[in-house]
Amino acid sequence: MADNNAVSFQKVSKNYHNIEALKEISFNVEKGSFFGLLGPNGAGKSTLINAMSGLVTPTSGEIFVNGSHTIRDYRQARKSLGLVPQELISDPFFSIKELLRIQSGYFGLKGKQQQNWTDELLERLSLADKRNAITNELSGGMKRRVLIAMALVHKPEVIVLDEPTAGVDVDLRKTLWEFTKELHQQGHTIILTTHYLEEAEALCEKVAILQNGELKALERVTDLVSKHAFRYVRVSLVANEQNNDYNQLDKNLKERVDSHSATEIVFKIEKELSLNKFSQWLSICKFKIKDISTRDATLEEAFLDLTGAKK
Amino acid sequence: MSFNYIGCWALFIKEVRRFYSVAVQTIFAPVISSLLFLLIFGQVVSSEITAFEGVNYSQFLIPGLVMMTILQNAFANSSSSLIQAKVYGNINFVLLSPISPLEFYLAFVAASVVRGVAVGLGVLVIGWLAFDVQIINPLVVIVFAILASALMGSIGVAAGIISDKYDQLSAFQNFLIVPLTFLSGVFYSIKSLPETWQFISHFNPFFYMVDGFRYGFFNQGDISIVFSLLVTIIFFLGITMINLILLYKGVKIRN
Repeated sequence: MADNNAVSFQKVSKNYHNIEALKEISFNVEKGSFFGLLGPNGAGKSTLINAMSGLVTPTSGEIFVNGSHTIRDYRQARKSLGLVPQELISDPFFSIKELLRIQSGYFGLKGKQQQNWTDELLERLSLADKRNAITNELSGGMKRRVLIAMALVHKPEVIVLDEPTAGVDVDLRKTLWEFTKELHQQGHTIILTTHYLEEAEALCEKVAILQNGELKALERVTDLVSKHAFRYVRVSLVANEQNNDYNQLDKNLKERVDSHSATEIVFKIEKELSLNKFSQWLSICKFKIKDISTRDATLEEAFLDLTGAKK
Repeated sequence: MSFNYIGCWALFIKEVRRFYSVAVQTIFAPVISSLLFLLIFGQVVSSEITAFEGVNYSQFLIPGLVMMTILQNAFANSSSSLIQAKVYGNINFVLLSPISPLEFYLAFVAASVVRGVAVGLGVLVIGWLAFDVQIINPLVVIVFAILASALMGSIGVAAGIISDKYDQLSAFQNFLIVPLTFLSGVFYSIKSLPETWQFISHFNPFFYMVDGFRYGFFNQGDISIVFSLLVTIIFFLGITMINLILLYKGVKIRN
């Protein structure tokens, strides 16, 4: 394994009875990168993350975290990794402060320095005034913050966030991303799974897309979007015009409609199709056009095309 | 490989504090239940049952009840903690940490020993105050109390690992632990049983723990103290092996 890899998956497979949750997944995540792990529900993202963090034992294949084998050298591998799980886990017996102290202990950490770090985490995640609260009594957003603090008690080099913003309000989402970006700037490797692809596009440098347990794509976000074979043309129409009848569209245009409303039609056209040709087709219609704009595909559109999913 | 002392200690303390935080349920309630047994069997039916020579039935009953309390509570501690941790999902906090299967196992078993011995001590103190029961060989009592609670904590770990739901664990408790405890000679000397039942009782591993423990009180038992000690140790080592295999393979917890 190359030294520059924070995580290396080598032919990782996981079977649950007759179901192949992961099929020989191989790829690397570079140290210090902000990496997205994307895929529809049931694609195998959480299984892969759980295999990486030791919560699931792979059926075959090997995983290295910061060069440490997740099974043979599990202590070092787990010290290098902090997982914020998708499920809102709680403990009905202990306060947040106690949980952080216990979790630090599991990693062999105690003393004043560790105490200062957990206090800092509580402050940074706006949990300081709730430090004595039992986690069961907290809201979903607060529980999420606790899970982040728990994942960071041992200052792991690789931080894995499994759908951290699912069910989280806008305010916490903003706080969470600011904190995550800060950790990334400090040199931590961030691995993120999310269903909010605009988040992945804004944050991740590179993404892996899984589908049905297979690796469908492994690309830099910019490459994935630029490789997308289509561009999008948005035609804004003058409101309340009788001529703007969608049914009178040329058949070449009609088959390229991505979405439409009374005042707007979005076309998804091949990149090799010239805009002259497109304009020619459009001019046949007697639409009263207010504005035309073009844009490249978003990560979400590239993702949907790649996975064959519908919007 | 090095031993993560701090991690193992942190998990042990967490487990002790877990049961201590609900002490009414985990310590006082079992003590009261045992006292009820003592009242009913010791006072109401004491004249009907033969005990050891020179030992009245109430005195005979106390070590059995103490041991029964130890067995059931040591089992309940590790098994209920594990099933709760699995159901709440917070077992993941431990599984994500660099704690080894051995450290995990030792922490759970040690916490079970603390609870088993604490509850047993409660019953013993009240039994001693009420019935003036004497301990002839304290070392034997201590060794059997620790060994038995470790063994039952160990069985509790296995039950907690294997069970996915509370009702599976409850089946384990109701169909295995309770019958084996009640049929282990807690309330009677097996010498008072017909020969066939005496023979069958020798296949109940709990019998050896109860008999060995009682030996510490009266310097007499149904079988040899050394044999009881050996059976208990071998049984504990066997269950420990099974647990370590389950934990190292991640059966039902890393799947």
